[in-house]
Amino acid sequence: MTMNWIAIGNISDIPLRGARCVRTPQGKIAVFRTAENDVFAIEDHCPHKGGPLSQGIVHGTAVTCPLHNWVISLETGKALGADEGAVRTIPVKNDNGALFIALESLALAAAE
Amino acid sequence: MTEKLVIVGNGMAPGRMLEELFENAPGRYQVTIFNAEPRVNYDRIMLSPVLSGEKTYEQIVIHGDGWYIQHGITLYKGHKIIAIDRNAKTVTSDHGVTESYDKLVIATGSVPFIIPVPGKDLRGVITYRDLDDVQAMLLAAQSRETAVVIGGGLLGLEAAAGLKARGMDVTVLHVMPTLMERQLDPAAGYLLQKAVEERGIKVVTKANTKRILGEDKVEGIELDDGRIIPATLVVMAVGIRPNASLAKEAGLAVNRGIVVDAGMQTSDGDIMALGECAEVDGMVYGLVAPLYEMARVAARHLVGDRSAAFAHSDTPTKLKVTGINLYSVGDFADGDGREEIVLRDATAGIYKRLVLKDNRIIGTVLYGDTADGAWFNDLLKRGTDITEMRDTLIFGQAYQGGSPLDPMAAVAALPDDAEICGCNGVCKGKIVSTITGKGLTSLDDVRAHTKASASCGSCTGLVEQLMSLTLGDAYNPAAVQPMCGCTELGHDDVRRLIKAKKLKTIPAVMQELEWKTSCGCAKCRPALNYYLVCDWPDEYADDYQSRFINERVHANIQKDGTYSVVPRMWGGVTNSKELRAIADVVDKFDVPLVKVTGGQRIDLLGIQKEDLPAVWADLGKAGFVSGQAYAKGLRTVKTCVGSDWCRFGTQDSTGLGIRIEKFMWGSWTPAKVKMAVSGCPRNCAEATCKDVGVICVDSGFEIHFAGAAGLDIKGTEVLGLVKTEDEALQHIVALTQMYREQARYLERIYKWAKRVGLDEIRRQIMDDAEKRKAYFDRFVFSQKFAQVDPWSERVSGKDKHEFRPMATVGFNQAAE
Repeated sequence: MTMNWIAIGNISDIPLRGARCVRTPQGKIAVFRTAENDVFAIEDHCPHKGGPLSQGIVHGTAVTCPLHNWVISLETGKALGADEGAVRTIPVKNDNGALFIALESLALAAAE
Repeated sequence: MTEKLVIVGNGMAPGRMLEELFENAPGRYQVTIFNAEPRVNYDRIMLSPVLSGEKTYEQIVIHGDGWYIQHGITLYKGHKIIAIDRNAKTVTSDHGVTESYDKLVIATGSVPFIIPVPGKDLRGVITYRDLDDVQAMLLAAQSRETAVVIGGGLLGLEAAAGLKARGMDVTVLHVMPTLMERQLDPAAGYLLQKAVEERGIKVVTKANTKRILGEDKVEGIELDDGRIIPATLVVMAVGIRPNASLAKEAGLAVNRGIVVDAGMQTSDGDIMALGECAEVDGMVYGLVAPLYEMARVAARHLVGDRSAAFAHSDTPTKLKVTGINLYSVGDFADGDGREEIVLRDATAGIYKRLVLKDNRIIGTVLYGDTADGAWFNDLLKRGTDITEMRDTLIFGQAYQGGSPLDPMAAVAALPDDAEICGCNGVCKGKIVSTITGKGLTSLDDVRAHTKASASCGSCTGLVEQLMSLTLGDAYNPAAVQPMCGCTELGHDDVRRLIKAKKLKTIPAVMQELEWKTSCGCAKCRPALNYYLVCDWPDEYADDYQSRFINERVHANIQKDGTYSVVPRMWGGVTNSKELRAIADVVDKFDVPLVKVTGGQRIDLLGIQKEDLPAVWADLGKAGFVSGQAYAKGLRTVKTCVGSDWCRFGTQDSTGLGIRIEKFMWGSWTPAKVKMAVSGCPRNCAEATCKDVGVICVDSGFEIHFAGAAGLDIKGTEVLGLVKTEDEALQHIVALTQMYREQARYLERIYKWAKRVGLDEIRRQIMDDAEKRKAYFDRFVFSQKFAQVDPWSERVSGKDKHEFRPMATVGFNQAAE
């Protein structure tokens, strides 16, 4: 399957240890930039009660949901610690700061 | 009939002697103490942590004033005894007080050794012996200039590390080729020097001081080889000698120290001596364990038990510099018939050496990993034949008898008479039996009853493991709850160290305090961000990525991801223009719900994040600023209508409420702060369940605090009554600043107050005008940077990225 990479902007658009969201027809995607300048994209919808993960505090390669403090791994999309659940991860490509996501894989829970 | 016991000196040894005495024979003696230092008995071993800022003086006090009162002790603070009249059996102080005695105990301690070089009396040359010395060093350290510490022993290195932590440029001069040569062999001394140098402290060994330079104030040091080292502070820490001059003048037998027998008796039958000033069997002592042993013996003799006798034993040495672990005990010089086992791991910075004679340990030096120190010391003390375990001995207790033991099992395997606390000579059996016998459940209780880990604290881990073993699940080691999984430190330690080490960024805190994660977590980052905002208002750049979403976008996130907006209504007062502006916003943005809050203002719910700046822009045109309904900060000041309208009102409660809110809005606090002002004791503004409340009365303003009406329900406590509005404002601001500086993140005022004590808060805010003024001034200073309306900032374009999606993609494809 060929990936269809779609440009979403530049890494500098996202604050360090922060996130922005990208709107798609299937729902919102949260794009994260860690302290180490790694970029991750996951669906913007906490597996617990649907909180917007893009609004959480980013630490290491995880984000803490702003609603009830679930901690979600940015690498696997899985809830860390005692909680169970997962969100979809979205392939993201960082080409010298230009960011792309692969939309084919989208089938998101966060309807909008 | 009670006998009169007079004690000269108020250090740790006589303090311990009295504890033993009161336990064995309460009421037998009427006790009088003369203390040349103007204070109570404190833990001298912990002076170094006070110097480095890891502890405060209050935390190292052993006996507070209450203890002296409780035991009917007359304590003369700042009285130095200048004469003993053995015929009349009296002592006389430099302030002219004369007391008679039946029994006299001399515990004059030691004096620091001053090397006799030119310049030794210059201003800026100090010793390291007591709290006054520490205070002198702290004062000097404020200059952040250069310090030279003469002496690379225990005390000198601790002084150097402390001064470095306080921001000084420090050089240690040591006359011998390696550091701490009396406690360490050259290899460990070398590792220690490397570790000290890694902390940015310069070390010069084989350094003979020729003279101290300067006119009336120290300017530098000249060495024998002609080198000159500039310095604005010189600390002499080359050693101590017994302070026996008073005893000598009184005609007692004095050699190096005051000569005593194994029962602490001097050459005069009615006079005893103990502590660092005493010489037993040709030996004088400086470490606390033998001094406490002397105290125990002396106390036995004072109650008539002549059988107690002091016996020499080797005492382990530990260095109290955070991050450097070393341990040594016994004799580790090379010699005939001695063998050694050495383990070196240069990369890990570990060095262990055991000195054996006749298959028994006679000395050990541990550097880097000191966990097995107590076990080796136990084998040494018992003279255990180690032939059987010789192959694995150096790896420690965990590797004996097959599979490695975990630390808990290792403690469980210790025999009952294994010594746990070296300072106080407390063995495992005593700790365990006291825990079960007295039903102890907290570390503080165990310290109070057994003294284990109550002095230098380095065996705290062992004691806690014993408590876990003994109590099982009943033991909750939450005495100091770490802030989060990223650190072992509790909130209070972190707050203190931020100030002491002048840490001004989150990365600096995490680096210096050895955070275990690369960039913290959602628990510690907001806390650290608050502590830094509070402590360095003018220097710290607020880290928005470490704030919860509400404080980042200045609105309250709701369960569906929309936000609510609450504009400030000063004191709950509004007007038609404001209400019209709100109504227009509601129509324009189709706001789903408008609700009146419990804090006397209006909440607009269901606003889309992208619309927030536009909503704020419209509200701003009507004069509204953010109500900070989302902040760990000042929320509302609720009021009643007061004397302007109400027939019962005694003061202008509305006016005072507005004044307080206008003065204090924008300030960040550890948790939310809600206030109220009621115009009379009918209390329509419900001020008595708020964080801070005022009840107006005819004679003035009764200030309340520490109420709660949330998860907990609790009426307020009265702080005090003041006469004028100005005073009311000052007291409330000072109280809030005290709370801002001391509380743990997310700790509401009522919880903080319970922890620090209501009386202490009243003492500082009501009784101490100077402290109150200082708190007030610090709050006012911090407001200069805090009182900026976050809404208008964002209307002008700040943090635009927060309110817009990064991109919108894929909709064209979807439309096909």
